[in-house]
Amino acid sequence: MKHFFTILSHEVRMLLVSPSTYIAAVAFLSLMGFFFTGILEDYSKTPQDMSPASVFFLYYWFPVIFMVPLLTMKCLAEERRLGTIETLLTTPVTTTEVVLGKYAAAYLLYLVFWASTSGFFYILSHFAGEAHLIDPGPILGGYLFITVSGFFFIAIGVFASSLSKNQAVAGMLCVVMLAAFIFGGLYLAHAPWLEREALSPLKEAVMYADIFQHYEDFTRGIIDTREVLFYVSGTVISLIFSILSVEAKLLHS
Amino acid sequence: MPIPPQPAIEVSNLVKSYAGVTAVNGISFTVPKGEIIGFLGPNGAGKSTTMRILTGYLPATSGSVSICGYSVVTDPDAVKKRVGYMPENNPLPDEMRVSEYLYFRGRLKEIPRGKLGSRIDEVLELCDLKRVRHKIIGKLSKGFRQRVGIAESVLAEPPVIIMDEPTIGLDPHQILIVRDLIASLRGRMTVLISSHILPEIEMTCDRVLIINQGRIVAQGTPADLRREVLGQSAYEIEGPWVPALPPRRDRPGPVGGLRGHAGPVRFPDHQAQDPERRGLGGGDSAGVHVGGPARAGAQPRAPDP
Repeated sequence: MKHFFTILSHEVRMLLVSPSTYIAAVAFLSLMGFFFTGILEDYSKTPQDMSPASVFFLYYWFPVIFMVPLLTMKCLAEERRLGTIETLLTTPVTTTEVVLGKYAAAYLLYLVFWASTSGFFYILSHFAGEAHLIDPGPILGGYLFITVSGFFFIAIGVFASSLSKNQAVAGMLCVVMLAAFIFGGLYLAHAPWLEREALSPLKEAVMYADIFQHYEDFTRGIIDTREVLFYVSGTVISLIFSILSVEAKLLHS
Repeated sequence: MPIPPQPAIEVSNLVKSYAGVTAVNGISFTVPKGEIIGFLGPNGAGKSTTMRILTGYLPATSGSVSICGYSVVTDPDAVKKRVGYMPENNPLPDEMRVSEYLYFRGRLKEIPRGKLGSRIDEVLELCDLKRVRHKIIGKLSKGFRQRVGIAESVLAEPPVIIMDEPTIGLDPHQILIVRDLIASLRGRMTVLISSHILPEIEMTCDRVLIINQGRIVAQGTPADLRREVLGQSAYEIEGPWVPALPPRRDRPGPVGGLRGHAGPVRFPDHQAQDPERRGLGGGDSAGVHVGGPARAGAQPRAPDP
């Protein structure tokens, strides 16, 4: 792991000079800003029974599906397309270090983007001066959910990037895989054909993988280690597959 | 390093096959330390594949490769520390500045932070890149990019340098610069370069390996190869001779600069029948021996450097 930090700092720098990062940042912040003002308008018209923070984080899937591909599609696909992976892997660096360094850089940036949305809550508390609108519980729970689920989402993006030489293909793959994970669980959890007695183990497995359920638990303040384990194990598996994919492509290059 | 002089590169019976195609088929060679060796062969002969295996980037199907005594298979890290590699087409990240790139590569190659700055200055000086050190690599011309690649491969002062077609796509002037650069490494580092142009290799290399279809077809010094492949040719020139100068009895042997029209000239050596070679015999204004029909021993002329 000697070179992990070298690659990490290099990757962060590369992400910071890349236009797609800024496109992602601007799109993300303006979108989340619109959501946030929309939520506040609803609250100003009629009283609601959920805190604005928990409604705000319910929209997490929207930026995830569009921002994660923009952050990760480049990382391994571009190296392979340019051939710089050859110069990279002929230095005393392991594939694991390369993949982990790129993953960590994308994850850090993902966190920075989300952290900047805390400005919305600050502005709300500063100017509205209504303490009941700012409920620290769901806000903390929401950010914790973003932090933990981010591990897995970014790892999926890195994996998608390791599969193709073409950034666009990697990005599309990433969108499809993220959508399958986020909405697949939601759809299956409410699918009537899974209600049968014989399928109950399957139903249980689906409930376990339902990301929207995890979100609800987190914003309610329930930190279930099984859910954390779901994301951590998903991350580890995706990263192992990314490393294997990079190495397998070398063998057949 | 052990006391007995160890070869820098040792390859024996190297075989690499991709999905049914054998790219490298039983190559063996040894390169002593400090030698500049050239890989010569047509496109697709297996040069790049062999080089990739030497750097540990690709695994071989069978055979053994060791660099400075370390096996590529069992000690890939030790090998990677001792090899500076410039791949074909010299891939570089387009968004970085030259000095940033060299710094990043130096850190990856485990050059201590304290030494790295002065080492970067040295290689920038060596490759004449000082003017462009703050330029973005994507905006550099091909010659500069190539030199950035070379600077990068010598950065960590590795004992072995492997360059895949370092002069491809350069103009003649830049080729000269690159050639001088490689020649300046002679003795200090073992250099393996590949090319499909013979004169290119001939100028710089101490020894040449010619490979075709995954096999070594010839090896030796450029002069040896020339002798071996072309052989010694003797040309016999006959014909009526019209003297422009009176024959000189005091100096036997060929007289140069005889002007005048020589008649039909015959070349008994079948090799000499091609029009290029005929130029050697003198063509229309033949330099013939004094005293009419005679024998002249001629060696094929090497192209001028």
